[in-house]
Amino acid sequence: MTASPLIPPLLRLDGLTKAYPGVIANNSVGFSIAPGEIHALLGENGAGKSTLVKMIYGLVKPDSGRMELHGEAYAPSEPSIARRRGVAMVFQHFSLFEALDVAENIALGMEDPPPRRDLAERIRSVSAEYGLPLDPSRRVGDLSAGERQRVEIIRCLLQNPRLLIMDEPTSVLTPQEVDMLFTTLRTLSAEGTAILYISHKLDEIRSLCDGATVLRHGKVVGSCVPRETTARAMAELMVGATLQTPARAAGDRGDVLLEARGLSLPAEREFGTALRDVNFQVRAGEILGIGGVAGNGQDELLSVLTGETVAPPGTLFFQGADMAPHGPRKRRELGLLTAPEERLGHAAAPDMTLVENALLTGIPRRGLTQSGFVNWPRTKDFAERIIADFDVRTPGSHVAARALSGGNLQKFVIGREVLQAPGALIVNQPTWGVDAAAAASIRQALLDLAEGGAALIVISQDLEEILEIADNFAALNEGRLSAPRPAAGLSLDEIGLMMGGAHDMETAHHAVP
Amino acid sequence: MIRLEKRPTPSRMWTALTPLVAVLATLVAGGLMFAALGKDPFEALRTIFYDPLFNAQFAAYSRPQLLVKAGPLILIAIGLSMGFRAGIWNIGAEGQYIIGALAGGAVGLAFYPSDSVLIFPLMVIAGALGGWGWAMIPAILKTRFNTNEILVSLLLVYVAEQLLASMSLGLLRNPQGGGFPGSRNFQQYEAASNPELFAGTGMHWGVVAAFIAVIAAYVMLTRHLLGFQIRLTGAAPRAARFAGVIPTRLIVTCLGISGALAGLAGLFEVTGPAGQISIDFNSNYGFTAIIVAFLGRLHPVGILLAGLLMALTYIGGELAQFMLGLPAAAIQAFQGMLLFFLLAVDVLTNFRVRLIKREVA
Repeated sequence: MTASPLIPPLLRLDGLTKAYPGVIANNSVGFSIAPGEIHALLGENGAGKSTLVKMIYGLVKPDSGRMELHGEAYAPSEPSIARRRGVAMVFQHFSLFEALDVAENIALGMEDPPPRRDLAERIRSVSAEYGLPLDPSRRVGDLSAGERQRVEIIRCLLQNPRLLIMDEPTSVLTPQEVDMLFTTLRTLSAEGTAILYISHKLDEIRSLCDGATVLRHGKVVGSCVPRETTARAMAELMVGATLQTPARAAGDRGDVLLEARGLSLPAEREFGTALRDVNFQVRAGEILGIGGVAGNGQDELLSVLTGETVAPPGTLFFQGADMAPHGPRKRRELGLLTAPEERLGHAAAPDMTLVENALLTGIPRRGLTQSGFVNWPRTKDFAERIIADFDVRTPGSHVAARALSGGNLQKFVIGREVLQAPGALIVNQPTWGVDAAAAASIRQALLDLAEGGAALIVISQDLEEILEIADNFAALNEGRLSAPRPAAGLSLDEIGLMMGGAHDMETAHHAVP
Repeated sequence: MIRLEKRPTPSRMWTALTPLVAVLATLVAGGLMFAALGKDPFEALRTIFYDPLFNAQFAAYSRPQLLVKAGPLILIAIGLSMGFRAGIWNIGAEGQYIIGALAGGAVGLAFYPSDSVLIFPLMVIAGALGGWGWAMIPAILKTRFNTNEILVSLLLVYVAEQLLASMSLGLLRNPQGGGFPGSRNFQQYEAASNPELFAGTGMHWGVVAAFIAVIAAYVMLTRHLLGFQIRLTGAAPRAARFAGVIPTRLIVTCLGISGALAGLAGLFEVTGPAGQISIDFNSNYGFTAIIVAFLGRLHPVGILLAGLLMALTYIGGELAQFMLGLPAAAIQAFQGMLLFFLLAVDVLTNFRVRLIKREVA
């Protein structure tokens, strides 16, 4: 028995160690979480956060060490046992079936699902109770990333967990949605549910969490009370070094490189968003930040820019030329590059190696093919340069993309485009799931690109990120783009209003075109 | 308790080993089945795998048959594997094979009895075009109207079979054949025949074409952009679109290649081993090739080996039928086991098996 303090901990970890060939993912990790505590787990990509929570959730078995839940030994051999003991988890990569609807997906994750009508009723009541609007009958394939996350959260809440593990939950939410989520989490905490909260947004951790444990290279390097420390101090503890904030010189803006004139496009899918009369101009050296609630046309805007969907003639121009007749390859050849939000399956092929994934977009500008034949040595060089320049942590360029952590793959995807010296680059959610240090280096790379004379569009739900790097800001709301305004001097509240504001958000979620 | 754990990267070792493990498991399970049928399992296996190649009594006939049977299987399977890798399911190679034979054969018969050296090359081209054209029907229906290529290509097999029956009874029937169905015999029409190139080997132009196809497919898949696009489309269709692959163009290309190769196989078969266009010259090579493609893991070298192995089980199976009196169904079950075990063992390339002691939760 443990010597119990005033409140016995809900979960206690002691000396947890897990080694994989060539790397010790967790080295004697120990800390404890009290009932109702919101506890942050901090660390860079590859620090061992995922392995740790996978052990708590029963997906990975520790080599040594012990865990206690409610003072009793706890060694889940599979997630269903963890769930039965009251441990639930919301993953960063969603495990949802796109072809099924919300209620069906939730039923699949339950040990003993109730009849469909009761379940739909419970989903509605939980979603109303915790302020997470969600229609049980919608098809998951038509939901945005933000809405999919709500499915995962509600799936967990239906199990009345004692400990809820959340991996990067706010990366796809607007400030208002984050506030709503935090209200939810605080309600849960007040009811006695402990929350293990993994995030890279240190300001959020400061406003939400009661305690924090910092991991670096698999070891606990510190713990703190986030409210009593600064975001910078926490970030430096994570990285083990002093941090640089992205900086840029306010250079002159050149000619208009990228322009949309009255770009309208009907929704491709049943629940997709139609683009309505989108207008913008991006000059050389300028970064246009586009914010908005997930599912308001971000994906559609990106795919019309990549050339995956075809814009009507006379609506999209790059360097003065109409892009309508050009597909993705021709656009890349001209210098119009893109990096989509979904890393696995869209920006990269999960089962292919990093070399093959470098080839995926690198062909036209890096001369990776000669009369139709692939120059593999050159492609490998390109992949290895991305890995070196963008600090992608991987055993080598021969590994499959799916073996990389989300943040590392994101660095690879962004690096692949940046190193092709684009004339214009459009990125969607450039730092989703990426830790503070890596996010800073990605932002710096984007700023450097702009300084070198490229036109950039950064689509992001991380408004602080947009304000940090963008010159102008515009918001997408139901497929309409607000008129861009200079980012300097915009407050979060003003931006929230541009995005449609809290009162319009409901319509954004329920709008069916 | 046995648990499967997904590997971060597919295991190279198991990719190479699974076919061997599958063959071994088939030998064991097949042996047990033969024993249960009251035959000596070792004798049965020897009759299937050893006698056709090395028994002096049978090898003279059986050995050349190996290439004769494997050639069309490999040629068709190579074409199918291109589409299968990209998720384009041409199930109707049998139909393209028949139409290729009809088109190529008709061109040759039209020039009878010319002895120009150009006739055979012309027939080869016509055969490829025939198969290609038949495959374009599902391709265009799919790209234009989003029909399912599996259904369309499969149903077109039965249309092709009707066409074959009609042709061999009508238009292409040998006018000097005394009313019997079937065309003139190509083996007696030198300019249009596909003879055995080296006596006693079974090697004919179709086998040569199969070997060339294996090499070309290997180079294309590993070195050429089209091969990369095929693999990318199969692995991640959305990423392929992002990379600039145009799905409709890829569908037309893949169905076109597999149709043309099936057509070639038909032409070489009808002018060579089969000898004439007849109602039943096609011996389901187009369907068996689907098994060969998967048995060879959709890899050109694998398909080469799988084609030879499959041909061996056919020849050895026939031998076992009349030497040992094994029922034909047992031979088919034996061939089925091979595919079954291969697919089952396949799981090891992407997953590792862990034995876990059940813990008290």
